[in-house]
Formats: sequence, structure tokens, C-alpha cells
Amino acid sequence: MRIGPLLSLAWKESRTARRRLLLYMSSISLGVAALVAIDSFASNTQRSVREQARALLGGDIALSSRQPFPKSLVVALDSLKSEGVALTEVTTFTSMALLERTGGTRLAQIRAVTPGYPFYGTILTEPAHQWAQLQSGRFALVDPSLLLAVNGRIGDTLALGFARFIVIGTLTSVPGDVGVSSAIGPRIYIPARYTDETSLLLFGSRSDREVLLRLTPKLPAHLFNFRFKERLEAAQVRSRTVAETEFNLTQAIDQLRDFLSVIGLVALLLGGIGVASGVNAFVMRKIDTVAVLRCLGATSRQVLAIYIVQAIAMGFLGAAVGAVLGVGIQLALPSVLADFLPLDVGITLESSAILTGMLVGVWVALVFAMRPLVALRNVSPLQTLRRESDAAALRGARVDPLNILVSVTMVLSIAALGVARADTVQQGLMFAAGIAGAVGFLYLTAAALSSGARRLVRPRWPFVLRQGVASLYRPGNQTRSVVLALGFGVFLMSTIYQVQQNLLRTVDVKLDASRANVIFFDVQGDQGEPLDSLVRASGYTVVQRTPMVPMKVSSVNGVPAARLLTDTTNGGRRPGWVVRREFRSTYRDSLVASEKLTAGTFHTGGSAAPAMPEVSVDKGVARDLRLSLGDTIVWDVQSVLVPTRVTSFREVNWTRFEPNFFVVFETRALDKAPKQFVVLADVRGTGAVARLQRDVVTRFPNVASLDLTLIQQTVANVLGKVTSAIRFMAALSLALGIPVLFSAVSATRRERLREGVLLKVLGATRRQVGRIMLAEYLLLGSLGSVAGVVLSVGGAWALMRFVFKQPFVPALVPAALVALLMIGIAVSIGMLTGRDVFRETPMAALREA
Amino acid sequence: MLEARQLRKEYRSGDHTLAVLRDVTFTIPDGAFVAVVGPSGSGKTTLLGLLAGLDVPSSGSVWLDGTDLGRLSEDKRAQLRGAKVGFVFQSFQLIPTLTALENVQVPLELRGDDGAPARARELLARVGLGDRVDHFPNQLSGGEQQRVAIARAFSNAPRLLFADEPTGNLDSETGERIVELLLTLNRESGTTIVLVTHDLALAGRAQRIIRLADGVVVSDASTERPRSAVASMAG
Repeated sequence: MRIGPLLSLAWKESRTARRRLLLYMSSISLGVAALVAIDSFASNTQRSVREQARALLGGDIALSSRQPFPKSLVVALDSLKSEGVALTEVTTFTSMALLERTGGTRLAQIRAVTPGYPFYGTILTEPAHQWAQLQSGRFALVDPSLLLAVNGRIGDTLALGFARFIVIGTLTSVPGDVGVSSAIGPRIYIPARYTDETSLLLFGSRSDREVLLRLTPKLPAHLFNFRFKERLEAAQVRSRTVAETEFNLTQAIDQLRDFLSVIGLVALLLGGIGVASGVNAFVMRKIDTVAVLRCLGATSRQVLAIYIVQAIAMGFLGAAVGAVLGVGIQLALPSVLADFLPLDVGITLESSAILTGMLVGVWVALVFAMRPLVALRNVSPLQTLRRESDAAALRGARVDPLNILVSVTMVLSIAALGVARADTVQQGLMFAAGIAGAVGFLYLTAAALSSGARRLVRPRWPFVLRQGVASLYRPGNQTRSVVLALGFGVFLMSTIYQVQQNLLRTVDVKLDASRANVIFFDVQGDQGEPLDSLVRASGYTVVQRTPMVPMKVSSVNGVPAARLLTDTTNGGRRPGWVVRREFRSTYRDSLVASEKLTAGTFHTGGSAAPAMPEVSVDKGVARDLRLSLGDTIVWDVQSVLVPTRVTSFREVNWTRFEPNFFVVFETRALDKAPKQFVVLADVRGTGAVARLQRDVVTRFPNVASLDLTLIQQTVANVLGKVTSAIRFMAALSLALGIPVLFSAVSATRRERLREGVLLKVLGATRRQVGRIMLAEYLLLGSLGSVAGVVLSVGGAWALMRFVFKQPFVPALVPAALVALLMIGIAVSIGMLTGRDVFRETPMAALREA
Repeated sequence: MLEARQLRKEYRSGDHTLAVLRDVTFTIPDGAFVAVVGPSGSGKTTLLGLLAGLDVPSSGSVWLDGTDLGRLSEDKRAQLRGAKVGFVFQSFQLIPTLTALENVQVPLELRGDDGAPARARELLARVGLGDRVDHFPNQLSGGEQQRVAIARAFSNAPRLLFADEPTGNLDSETGERIVELLLTLNRESGTTIVLVTHDLALAGRAQRIIRLADGVVVSDASTERPRSAVASMAG
């Protein structure tokens, strides 16, 4: 048969089945939609990164450090000006902001900028163009959230430390800054020349410096790096170029895409299962037609070709619907993710993403449809004379090469998709294996249920229940496909909620662990006592006052810090962070609740000079510094060298919201050293925290304080944004399950109809028939849901353990809710698909016979 | 010419082997009208399946115009059916998604015949359904559906037509009209007709009756009805 007549026959023959076939094929639509949306969005974002990388960095090169740049470096950088290189600088630190008119206070991120900042990109303000005015006086530009928090407005005076600034506008867009970051502490931009006036950068205060350079064609970034590499390294200054920024961002987006792709692929494969079970039902309806076609001289190849053409056409339509949907999602994504993206994403249609999504979709639909379709070759023309059961009519040879080929293609396709989407072949194969594992688990559960039901059923059970249970194992039952579809849906949704609940719980633990609700920091040594008295005089309790001394490692066992970085003895090189970092250590002679001794004995303050003072080190730091008990560390405490002996290691619970330290000294070693305090207070009563904060900032302008309930709100705020993304994913998983479930259920619709009508002939009432169906779907729904929940607990445990590195507690309430929802959906779909049973009269059975 | 040589068909059921047909041998010359009769379970339908190449015998052979059907692959047998064989079934077996016209066209389209629509229309007109060509099977009465089936059976101008209880699902008056139609077509086109039935009155219209009982031919006799007589009856 030539291709034209074949297509024509395929088209005509599909007449009544097109809608049904399209429904089955729509199972893949959402998978395609997910792939198209994810790939398009990733391409859009990457293009935007390329276009905006310079604006995101603000200069051709950014140099950053936690400490002031050494004099020699400053001089060297200044000398570049003669070569035409321009410099600008931003210093970032935290401080209390006090709005004088309202008395409102809020911890804020202060960014003191020199003229010219930034070289590239535009900072947008409300009213417009205020950025250009910033440097012309004691002015400040602030995040709108700050004004909201302190009840202020444009034109108000803001006190930062000892300096006063007039708020001349609010920030609407800062290139390179993520919206979420302002939720943690609102930003305040001020001119750098007034930084000293604030007196906020005192001893021990944390501040970050960033110098932006605008290079010249004569001195491109690589040449600059070549010239300054050693000096920058020596000064512990980090340098970033535009290309590096672009690379880092692109990599982050790639990771996000990889993660989302996994979900897209799961969606697609779930869709494939839906296609397979739907086409299976379709095939059963076509046995008679195929038998006639065979009688009339059609070869098995022609028959197969007719139905493959139909499947491809409908798969294409399903994929096209998905692609349109995907483009829709792509348009919505930037606004959903706006707070998490450091740049404006320009949206363009990505034809390659659309094409890839559709091709993959059609291929998956076809591969999964092929399995049931090849069975049509087995339909003998003899079925026209003597019709056997559907299963018998489709039964083929035990070893069918085509069948094996289709199965192998299916497995290879899944593996190939996994590999194509993952970074490495290994990851891709692991992904494919993970899916196979989940499917295998659900399949085995269903098989166990099917065979278990046969043994479980008891003659004394009510008839309707027995019938309902019996339908789980009758020939051609739908137990496996429904459990698979339901289980996977529940698995995805419940995993998302399990992880969310567990993450929320870790945040709760942090806040509940301490009685304190206000924390004061940057308290200078001589401010400790007066602050204490102020808090007590106001009628509140000081829960803790912890001294803090900044220091660096000078040497370990006689090896100077600089050499520690390159020293490979005693177990390889030490990571740079642990050697270079500024340690903020405390001193006390006992352990606190958030610590646990893992080795040695904690110092009790008993040792006396001339013995070396003892220190206890966090076990992670000890590992990175390659320390053993008894080792000697010499610390550089404000240029005073303090030798110590390591006598214990501790494990610290960093999730507790209280001051925790890597290194704890014996008291006598540090009590004379210049220090800062962190003070925790318990302040109750409405408005009490705000009043105390105002009193403290008025008397000690450099002392920053944080209302922990505010943190709670901030966290809730950020989580709220995450939650909306989670809801979106959950809704997607739910949406995925439904067409698949429809396909699975309608696969056995005809049998059910026949059986239901026959039961009616034999005297069953509509009510009884309804109850039988209800029993069956309740059982199927419950089993699929329970299997999905079990899988999700495993999946969520793995995610918490290996990705978030947090303890896991199963969240049963959301799991139960998801399970109930899915049972409800399964029953609804089942009853909806079987509604014809109620409508049909017993006559139908007679007519059909 | 259709020839059955020592046909045997067995079915295995567990340890038992059931011979549904045993040692069936006969020859049907071109243009003949032969009825195969016998009680239910005598092996009629099995014999029809073997003669039409829908199934293969356990032993023995079926020869159609000098070709041993048992030696052909299933697809080759399908092609042979498409070229030389037509079917009329008790339950009509029209494809429900195709119109009357499209149903009649199928055998022609399967072999890539360009003149399919014209020939199909002509055939439908000849069976009296020229005005129902665009109707779907469920819009036609039983008799009309069977006439579409007959038109389809003749669409490829078969050398051989198998009819399996063609009037079984029809009332006697409609059934009679169907038989007349078959006879007319047999006469006009010289097609060999093999009719399977348990209706003796219907079988009596054939030139020859092969009687089956328990899987063996118990009698094979001419009805002594000359072909001219058949022709005159049909006329």
C-alpha cells in the first residue's frame, strides 16, 4: 500500500477515536510544557546574563575584601588612574537606622558609595533620577521596605550612627542585587565621604569593601589580573571579571535548569505511562476492526502502520498543546521568580526549545504507544469468525523480536533523555535508575496488591465489597496502571511538601531554642556594662552577654599561616578559608547547651601561667586545619601573639539562634584583650522592643540590634515566596497525574461497562453497581496513595540528608492530605468514566450479545 | 480451483488433543456454488477459516489456483486474500468508523487501486444502496449492512467468496433478498461461492452440499440443480 492511501485510511479510520486518542496523548502535554518552559526560560536568562553581565558587576573588574585594602595596594591601584583607569568604591556594613520623626528603628545594610558608582548599569529610583543627586549632600536612597518598617517618607531625616541623612528617594532596581536580599536587611545608599561621620566602623565591626574598576583598551581584564595577581592574593582581595560573573551566573542557571529538568522529565515519562495505558485501551477497541482489515487482505505491517500514523498525529497534537502551554509558563516564570533573579530577563520565543520539547514529546508518546500497538499485529483474521477475549486476541509469541526491540528502545530512550539532561553520564544514568526504581516499587506494590486481593477476599464479605476487590485481580485489570499513575503523583506532591515542612521546622527550632527575642551586637568593650544596666533599668532581662574577640591564625605548631596554605604534610593542603578567615572567638570555662564535646577535656580555667592557655576548637575547623589534641596554635589578636594549646574538640549546633564560636579560649587568655559583646535580652510587652531599640540606638548609635520576631517575619516572608514556587510545582504534579489517571481508568472502561450492565441484567440495582465501583476505586486510590507516600518519605529523607544536610522528620499531616486528595480524585475520575454504567439499560447487554 | 487435501485441524487443551477436522478432502471447481452444512460444533467455521487462509491446518493442505496456502507466510496469505478472496459474515463485520462507501473501498485501497471510489459507488448501487453511500454502519439496518458487506466482498472482484451464515442475523424476507443477491453476483461474475450454514433450506439453493459431522465429511453430493436452473431462479 502506498503512503497516500495509507494516510487516508488512517485518517478515516481514526474518525471516532480521535478525541479519545488525543486525550491519551495529552498525558504528554504537561511534560512537553515543562521542558519547553524550562529550556526557553533558561535560554532567555542566559541571553540576558550575557547582555547584562557588565551591568551586573558594575565595572570591568570588581575587587572585594572583608578588610581595608593594604596601603601598598591602594597606592598601586591609584597609580592606574594615570593610565586612564577609573575607580569607584562601595563599603557595605550593617547598622541601626533610626528615623527621627517617628522614632522607628530597623537594622539595615548601609552601602557607602564614592562618586561614579556604578560604572555600568543603572540604579533606578523613585522619584526618577535621584541616583545622580546622591553625592550632592547628606542624602540617602533607601529600600521602600525600610520606610514601611519605620513609618517614614521621602524627605525624612535618617540617623545612622552619629550622622544624619535626608531620604531623597527609594530604590526600585539595583542591577546585580537579588530582590530577596533586601528582605533580610533593607539597603541604604549614602555618599562614602560621610562614612566617618557615622562612627559606625569601629573596632571589630564587619564591613565589606568592593572597588570597581573601569579599564581601558590598553589594560584589559586579563592583563590587569596578570599584573596584580600576586598583590591581590597577598592582600586576600578577591577579584571578579565580567567573564567570571557571566560564567558563575550561567552555571547557577544551568544548575537550576538541571533540577527543573528532572521534574520535566518525570512529567514526560509519567505522561508516557499515561499514553501506554490509554493506547492499551484503544487497542482493545480496535481488535474487531483489525481482524476485518486482515480478512480484507491487510498485512500486519499495514495494520501497524495505520495505527502508528494515528499515534504520531495525535502525539504531535498533544506535544503541540504542551508547547503552547510551555510558552505560556515561560511568560509567567520571570514574574514568579523575580525576587530570586539578579537581572531582568528579556523574553523571546526560543524556537530550539520549542522544537526540542515537541520532538522529545512525540518520541516519548510514540515509544510508549508502540508497546500496546505492536500487539495489534497478533490479531488474527480468524477473530471475525470466532471472537476470543481481548487478551487472547492480542496474545502473541512468547518471544517477539519487535516487542523486545520496543522495550529496549523504551529503556534506552529514558536513559538517553536522562543523560542528555544531566551534567554527566553518571548523573543521567542515576536519574534514569531512580525513575526505574520508583516505577519498579510502585509496580511491585500493585502486583502485590493484585495477588494479595485474590487471597484476601472472604466469602462472608458483603457482595459489593467482594466484587470491588475482585476487580483488582480480574483479567485485564487496571491495578498496575492506576497505582503507578496515582503513586507517582502522590510521590511528587508529597515529597515537595515533606521537604518544605522539614525546612520550616529547622527554622522554627532556631527561633525557639533561645528565650531571648532581641539581640544587640557591635557592642564595644566599654559599652557592655552600661548597655546591661540600660536593659535592666527598663525592666527586662539580659539572657546572655558574650564577649567576642577578632583574631587570625598566626601559626600552627610553628608553621606560619602563609606556609600552611601550601604545606602538604599531615594530610594534604588546608582550605584557604580556615587559614585566612577572621575568627571571632570567645572565652569561658564551661560548655554551653549548643555544644557537645567530641574529644579531649574542656578547659576548666584551672591552668595558670606559665602554662600555655587552652582552647577548644570546632571539629570541622580542626579537621580543615589538620589539628590534633595537644597542637599549638599561635593567634594574632590585634597584632598581639597569643600562643594556645588545643585540648578539646567540640561539635556545635549552628542552627540554634545564639552566638556560637569556632574557638573558645580559656578566660585568662583573652579577658584583657580588646573585645566586643553580643548581648541577648528577653524583652516582653507590645512595643517594648521598638522602645528599647530606640533608647539603645540613641545612647549607643553604633550598637546594632535585631528584633528576632522581625527575623521570624522575614523568614516567613522569604518562605512565602518559596512556598508560592512550591505550590506551583505541587499543582503541576497534580495536573500531571490527572490525564494519566484518566487514561489508566478508561483503559478498562469497556469491560466495566459490560460487567455493570450484565450485573444489572442479573438484578443488581444502580446503587449496588455504584458501590462496587466505589469499593474498587477507594481500594485503588488508597493503595496508590499509600505507596506514593512511602516513596515520598524516602525521597524527602534523601533530599534532606544529602542536599539540605538537615535532619528529617516525616510530615504526616501534609502527606495524609495529599493522599486524601488523590483518593478523592481517583474515585471521582473512576465514577465519572464509569457513569455510562448507570445510564445503560440491561437491554444494551442483550443487544451487544 | 479450490482444493482441500486431507485437512486435519487439532486444538490442544492441556494434555488433551481435540481433532476438530479430520481427513477432509474435496475439490471445488471455479464458478461453483457450494454449501457446507452441519450441526453446531461439526467444524464448519474451522473449515471455512482454513479454506480462506485465515488459519493453517495441523496437517494436510489447501490449494487455491495451484498455490499451497500453508506454505505462504501470514502476510502473503493476506495479500492473496486481498487479491482473490471475499468474505461475508453473519455479523456483517463492517468497520464502524468508516462510511458505507469507505468500507467498500478498503480492499481496493489496501492494494492501492486508484479507481476505488468509482468502483465502490457502482457496487453499492448494484446492491441497491446508491443513496446510502455516506451512511455509517450504525445508521443502516441489518439487511443494509449485509448488502454493504456483500458489495465490499465483491469490490476486489474475488475469484472466491466465503459466506459464513450470511442470513443468520436477518429476518427471513431480508435473508432471501441477500441470497438472491449472492446468486446474481455468482452468476454474473463467475465467482466461486462457499457458503457455510446450518440452514438446510438455504443450503438447498447451492449446486452442491458438503455435509460435516464431528469433523469429518459425511456426504458430498450434488443437488442436481443445473447451473442454468440456479441462473433462472436468480433471474
